[in-house]
Formats: sequence, structure tokens, C-alpha cells
Amino acid sequence: MQNRREVLKFGLKAVALAAAGSFVWTKAVKADKLVLLRPPGAKNESEFLASCIRCGLCVEACPFDTLKLATLSSGVANGTPHFTPRETPCKLCEDIPCVVACPTNALDKILVSTNGELDINKARMGVAMIDTHSCIAYWGIRCDACYRDCPLIDKALKLEYRRNERTAKHAFLLPVVDMDVCTGCGVCERVCITQNPAIKIMPRDIVMGSVDQNYVKGWVEGDEKRLEGVDTNIKLDINKAKDYLNDGEL
Amino acid sequence: MKILLFRRLTQILILVAFIVSNHYGLKLLLGDLSASSLFGAITFADPFALLQLILAGASVGMSVIIGAVIVAILYAVIAPRAFCAWVCPVNLFTDMAAKLREKLGFNKDAKLLNLPKNTRYYLLLAILVFSALLSLPVFESVSFVGMVQRGIIYLDIFVLAAIFVIIVFDMFVLPRGICGYICPLGAFYALLSKFSLIRISHDLSKCNKCAKCLKACPEPQVLSMVGHKSGFVTNSECISCGRCIDVCNDDAMKFSIRNLKEER
Ligand code: SF4
Ligand code: SF4
Ligand code: SF4
Ligand code: SF4
Ligand code: SF4
Repeated sequence: MQNRREVLKFGLKAVALAAAGSFVWTKAVKADKLVLLRPPGAKNESEFLASCIRCGLCVEACPFDTLKLATLSSGVANGTPHFTPRETPCKLCEDIPCVVACPTNALDKILVSTNGELDINKARMGVAMIDTHSCIAYWGIRCDACYRDCPLIDKALKLEYRRNERTAKHAFLLPVVDMDVCTGCGVCERVCITQNPAIKIMPRDIVMGSVDQNYVKGWVEGDEKRLEGVDTNIKLDINKAKDYLNDGEL
Repeated sequence: MKILLFRRLTQILILVAFIVSNHYGLKLLLGDLSASSLFGAITFADPFALLQLILAGASVGMSVIIGAVIVAILYAVIAPRAFCAWVCPVNLFTDMAAKLREKLGFNKDAKLLNLPKNTRYYLLLAILVFSALLSLPVFESVSFVGMVQRGIIYLDIFVLAAIFVIIVFDMFVLPRGICGYICPLGAFYALLSKFSLIRISHDLSKCNKCAKCLKACPEPQVLSMVGHKSGFVTNSECISCGRCIDVCNDDAMKFSIRNLKEER
């Protein structure tokens, strides 16, 4: 009898340890998502991770239940707020309750203010990207669902008209995103009629490039002002250039 | 039993206050144990979390700094590690694990892991150093205390798995392992409350040396004077749970105000 009890005890212990161990293991090796879209006013990702105390006050403040706290499987980001536009986009509240509620400035009022007044249109949660292979408007079929619902219609999301050479009598009505204006609210992703949305919000730092200072848009008035004070004295090593040109590969 | 009841009530009521406020729109106590807003007016914050944020180089708002200082002062003057015994929800489950271990007869099993008692202080130090080096609040990124309290407060079903792991660890891997050896937050509060005022005091003249208190205590090293001399529990690793008072039949233990001057 004593023996049977011992065996039972051992069995229970082994099963419990194995279950707990495998749970920790799967959580450690699996991550839900590598990139998370942050609430309006969030600082850049590394600064944000350093500043967010993971209190969820922003989540609580959002009247549309847009924001969620990341779960265990989000690695170091666990407990930080994010949103999934396809489920619930950000409704761009004018009083930005999520930012106002943040106690640590991880959501920074300054980043969503103009002249000291809150201005939600300055939010840059991400940027909408259109997959022109899946967007049926680019097939020539009439759909402007995303364009119609964009809170910044004709500013962030515009329609471009183009002749459809295939039918020779119809027009393409093509949605085009203006990256300078798009807030990344995700309403377009939410309403896109395709099965897997043809327009998606991506984190800005992943999508956007940057151009060297020395490229100037000569046709934009005042753009050359950027060159003021820039060191234009570029030192080229002539020998290096010669070597390069004489290199066997060329 | 009386103090234990009070303790459970406080621990659970705090969680309930958070849950009803967050989910039913009451403005009582919003947020979670990392930072919260009382009546929508007063901000509280976890001083250890804030310390990590600051070391990580965050420029945080003033309200949260004041909130963390208030909380730190509160815990520094009341009782040692009052957070652990009276607020932290992890304590509910590590206590449960200790109970289960005893009830199911695992208490004589060898532990699978042997750690020095000081592990938590080394972890605490490492966390502070790495928070600065990596510009990341290192403990908050992996904190089981954060996961459990957030999981309960925001009603995330996954919290059950985390709780299960904690119970299994404390039952089979290292008895009282989480709160007694590993948790850097507990270590932080132990250091913070070095000079706190409310302490357990022991009266040798009433003690009949049954050692029940030593068996009940989650940090028995703090009761080294029991049966030898009267006095206060000066070691701030005591979590002020009052278990020793509950189990003592001879009234030899009680909470009282420590006299710091006399100790000098
Ligand atoms: S702006 Fe409004 S809808 Fe968008 S996340 Fe903040 S509170 Fe929610
Ligand atoms: S309110 Fe601020 S600190 Fe709290 S979870 Fe949201 S972003 Fe993080
Ligand atoms: S995310 Fe979409 S809906 Fe929102 S502003 Fe940008 S283009 Fe418009
Ligand atoms: S809703 Fe989707 S399919 Fe329709 S135009 Fe916009 S991106 Fe294209
Ligand atoms: S030691 Fe850590 S986990 Fe345990 S009760 Fe204290 S804070 Fe909570």
C-alpha cells in the first residue's frame, strides 16, 4: 500500500513537472508576432519599451477597446499595449484619452500636439501599404471601400484615375496612400473587402527608408535650404576610384 | 487564523477593486500593480519598475515619479515586505503550493534545485545593471509578478498556465523557491523596509519552545531569536504575514512598533 502511494506521488510529480516545463518551453521558443502596432503618440519602439511600465491605463482609457496588452508570448514586449487593425482599428479620438492616461510618457503628448493642443492627426502608429496584386481596384474592378472610410479621405488615401488599357473603355480607380499624412489608424485595413486585407498597416520604421541630405528637390521652393551649413566638401580618393574602374570584374 | 483571513481579504479585495474598476468603468482603482490611478486622481507606481525605467533611460512623467515615491515611502515605514504578504497575488499561489506540498506528502522529497538564499539579491543587482546596459526594464520584461497580477486584473486566461508553473516550481523544484530565493521584487522590498516600524516581537517568557512558528514561517531565518531571547524581528526578509502569531498558542508573538532608538 505504502508503495502504491509512493508511485502515485511520483507520477503526479512527473506529470506536473513535464506539463509546466513544456509550457515554459513553448512560450520561450514561440512568439505570436514580431512587430506590434503601438497606440497613438508612442515613442519609437526602443524608447517605448524602455518607458512603458505596463500598467494598461491606456487600454482602459480607450473607449473603443482598440488597445490590448501583449501576452506572454510576445517576449520582452509582454504587457505593453498594441492594437490589431483588422479586428479593431483606432478611431482617432480627438481628445486622445489613451495618451492622456499614460503616466510614464511612453505615449508622449508632444508627439500628437500642434502648438500645445492635442492633434490626433499627427499620430503615426504605422503606415498603410497596398498590395496591388490583391487589391481588386488594381484589377480594374470597382472598389473604394478603404478610400471611403479613411478618416483622412483625400489626404491620407487618395484615388488615382487611370485608363484601363485592357478593356479600353473603363477607368481604374486606384487607392494610393500618402505616407506623409497617413496616421496608421487601420480603418482601411479593417474595411478592406478582400479575404486577407490588400491594404495593411505596417510599422513605419520597417517600411520607410531615408534619403541622404545631399539630394534636393530643386522644384520645391526652399528645399535647397537644407544644404545650408552642410559640409559639401566631399573628399574622393582618386586612386581608389581608378582601382575600382580597373578592377578585373568590370 | 485571524491574521491570515485578513491578509487574504486584503489581497483579494485589491484585485477585485482593480477588476471592477477596469472592466465596469468605475473610477476606483484603474490600471494594475505596475501603475494605477486611484479615483482617477492619485497615481501610484511600482518603485522597482520605475527604477528600471529610469536606469533604462526613459524620460518619464512627474506624476509617476511622485506615485512611486509615495508607494516606496509607504512600504519603507510600515512593515517589512508588506507588499509580499498583503498585496502581491503571487503570494496566494506560493502559499497554496506550500500547503499542497505538505498535504500531499511531498514535503520530505529532495529539492531538485539548490540555490543560495542570496540569489534574489544577486538577481536584483543584475537586473539593475542590465536595465541600464540594455536600455530595457529587464525584470518587467519577464516578471512573473507582472504576468500574474496583470493576467488576473485584465482577466487573461493564460494566467492560469503561469500560476500552474509557479505552483509546480514551488512544490517540486524548490520549496518556497519563488518568494524565498528568486523574486527580485521581494528582495527590493526587503532592502527598502530595513527600518520599517511595525515588527513582529517575540516574548521569551511566554514561549514554550514548540517551534510551531518556525515551521509556519515562510522565511524562518528571521526567527533566529525564538526560544533564545525576547525582541523584535529585525531581519527585513520577514514578510509580515503574521503566521507566527496565528500558530502560537502561548501568545509569545505579536505585531508591535519597533523602537529604533533603543536598538542602537
Ligand atoms: S485614439 Fe481613441 S481609439 Fe485610438 S487608441 Fe486612443 S483611445 Fe483608442
Ligand atoms: S498607459 Fe503608458 S505606461 Fe501604461 S501601458 Fe499604456 S503606454 Fe504603457
Ligand atoms: S491607416 Fe488607412 S484609414 Fe487610416 S489614415 Fe491611413 S490610409 Fe487612412
Ligand atoms: S478596400 Fe481593399 S480591395 Fe478595395 S480598394 Fe481598398 S485595398 Fe483595394
Ligand atoms: S517575493 Fe515576489 S512573488 Fe513573492 S510575494 Fe513578494 S513580490 Fe510577490
